[in-house]
Amino acid sequence: MSSTLLIIQTLNGLQLGVLLFLIAAGLTLVFGVMDFINLAHGVQYMLGAYLAAMFVAWTGNFFIGIALALISALAFGLLLEVVVMRHLYDRDHLEQVLATFGLILFLNEGVKIVWGAAPLQVPIPDSLSGTIRIADGVLYPVWRLAIIGSGLAVALGLYLIVAKTRVGMLIRAGASNAPMVSALGVDIRRLFMIVFGFGAMLAGFAGSMAAPVFSVEPGMGDNLLILAFVVIVIGGIGSIRGAFVGALLVGLVDTLLRSFSVDLLRLSGLSPSDARTIGPAIASMSIYILMAAVLFFRPTGLFPAKG
Amino acid sequence: MAENPVTPPALPASPPLWRRLWLPVLVFALLALVPFVWGERFILGLVTRAMIMAIAALSLDLILGYGALVSFGHAAFLGLGAYAVAILFSHDIVDAAIAFPVAILIGAGFAFVTGAISLKTRGVYFIMITLAFGQMAFFTATSLSAYGGDDGLRMFHRSEVFGTRILANDTTFYFVVLGTLAGCFVLLKTIVGSRFGRVLRGAKENERRMRALGFDPFRYRLAAYVIAGSICALAGALFANLGMFVAPAYMTWQRSGEFIAMVVLGGMGTLIGPIIGAIGVTLIEEWLAAVTQHWKVIFGPMVVLVAIFARGGIVKLLERGTGR
Repeated sequence: MSSTLLIIQTLNGLQLGVLLFLIAAGLTLVFGVMDFINLAHGVQYMLGAYLAAMFVAWTGNFFIGIALALISALAFGLLLEVVVMRHLYDRDHLEQVLATFGLILFLNEGVKIVWGAAPLQVPIPDSLSGTIRIADGVLYPVWRLAIIGSGLAVALGLYLIVAKTRVGMLIRAGASNAPMVSALGVDIRRLFMIVFGFGAMLAGFAGSMAAPVFSVEPGMGDNLLILAFVVIVIGGIGSIRGAFVGALLVGLVDTLLRSFSVDLLRLSGLSPSDARTIGPAIASMSIYILMAAVLFFRPTGLFPAKG
Repeated sequence: MAENPVTPPALPASPPLWRRLWLPVLVFALLALVPFVWGERFILGLVTRAMIMAIAALSLDLILGYGALVSFGHAAFLGLGAYAVAILFSHDIVDAAIAFPVAILIGAGFAFVTGAISLKTRGVYFIMITLAFGQMAFFTATSLSAYGGDDGLRMFHRSEVFGTRILANDTTFYFVVLGTLAGCFVLLKTIVGSRFGRVLRGAKENERRMRALGFDPFRYRLAAYVIAGSICALAGALFANLGMFVAPAYMTWQRSGEFIAMVVLGGMGTLIGPIIGAIGVTLIEEWLAAVTQHWKVIFGPMVVLVAIFARGGIVKLLERGTGR
């Protein structure tokens, strides 16, 4: 029984991990290449979910809906870059934090005006609904496996792009020393626009994949944004590999401790009532403790990108 | 730490006294007039809340404006101070003479421990680690099921002062908050102008040079962090008394962001700026909320515009207006 729960929760942790990776990937590149803190990255995730909800309802086909949502998320990301972000590259972190904080307020409220404050539901496509038997007596929803699978596929694709292509080489070079890349004649601004738009699209993709599982509501990106920041700080800013390892680590630690912290505390000798009180608090804090510990021993994360 | 025999370079002549003092005098005079002009309970409560936010923003300015340490978890101190008062209250310790010092000590203690860890990191890592500690405080508060958990904790009346219920009167409470704000302003003004404050600013301008002069910036930053945390906890203690209620919502990361917005909007590194910023933000929020329920759609772009265009904040604009 307990091992069944362990398998299911591990899969849930992986699912959270790949969603976090999709968000953190864009964040860490934008951060690494342009030294730009984009707090508004979480609302890209939220917008992805809302756009998916809207287009799926319009077209009646889940996959066409998702594709349209992705294109709109990309377009919106580029629009944000042109209207707001590019005025902030040369500013210090404080002004970037403040401006993108204002964007969060605006966009969270904006979706409330456009789509209403009530949560939206997105149906799971018929071809991917239902459950599958993954072990003796262990049933798991196909859609959640699809999230994990597509997330891992995107991770592999990203790895190939970043490691094997010319654009990827420029991105890596930009993350380790942007002024030098610029001095070598690369238009770093255009490179950043590409990275920003692409990152926005990845976050939007995470949002549209998550839409059928979580409820689509204003502010849904806020908490994931904080988690994504924890991920990139643990992984090392600017590193895709770090974001991947960090995302899976955070996803698994958070999910597993949430379901097992009470039992673990009871095993370690606490009384059941104490364990029930302290357990959830420790579970919520665990990833922050993890981050503080990583920063204490490795102040620039596990895989620092800066040379 | 040896005293340095190096004579300080001649400071530029400071502007005449009235130029430096007209703004603080004006702000405090206006605040003192409020209860006599608008005595309504609602206005009084609103401005009291604005002044409490001003104390918190003021404390953030010490580390943000003078130390260039972008703390994204400052709301935790507000929450700690508020919870200290409310939890003591629920155990029948209702006197401010005990509860307020305890709140300040808890703020100082939390600042000392988290500061000692956070200040080992720089730049964006500092932003993130302070955020992490803020979130830890937030989640701890939500898990305090004995003290209301998510729902928060109610106080039946305001703290007593040596056995009297003098704070129950809203006008009295208003002036107590105003007095605290003025006291914190003068205290921080003194700190910033002292040798300690100059070392703090020096470390912000050029850390390596300060080290070469024999100063350890870490110790000064930690001291500043502890002072800021204590003052913000005091603001929290007052905040708990204002609504006679505390909740984990007092320490969300959004509120920490709001504090940063207040300091930058008013003008960081000026002390009077954060006071103007905090009062401005609180009043604008209230006013916009009365205009439309979707007030954040207007407030958000305002914050963006402030970040992009208003370098130096309101204080710089006012000073330009008087021909500095």
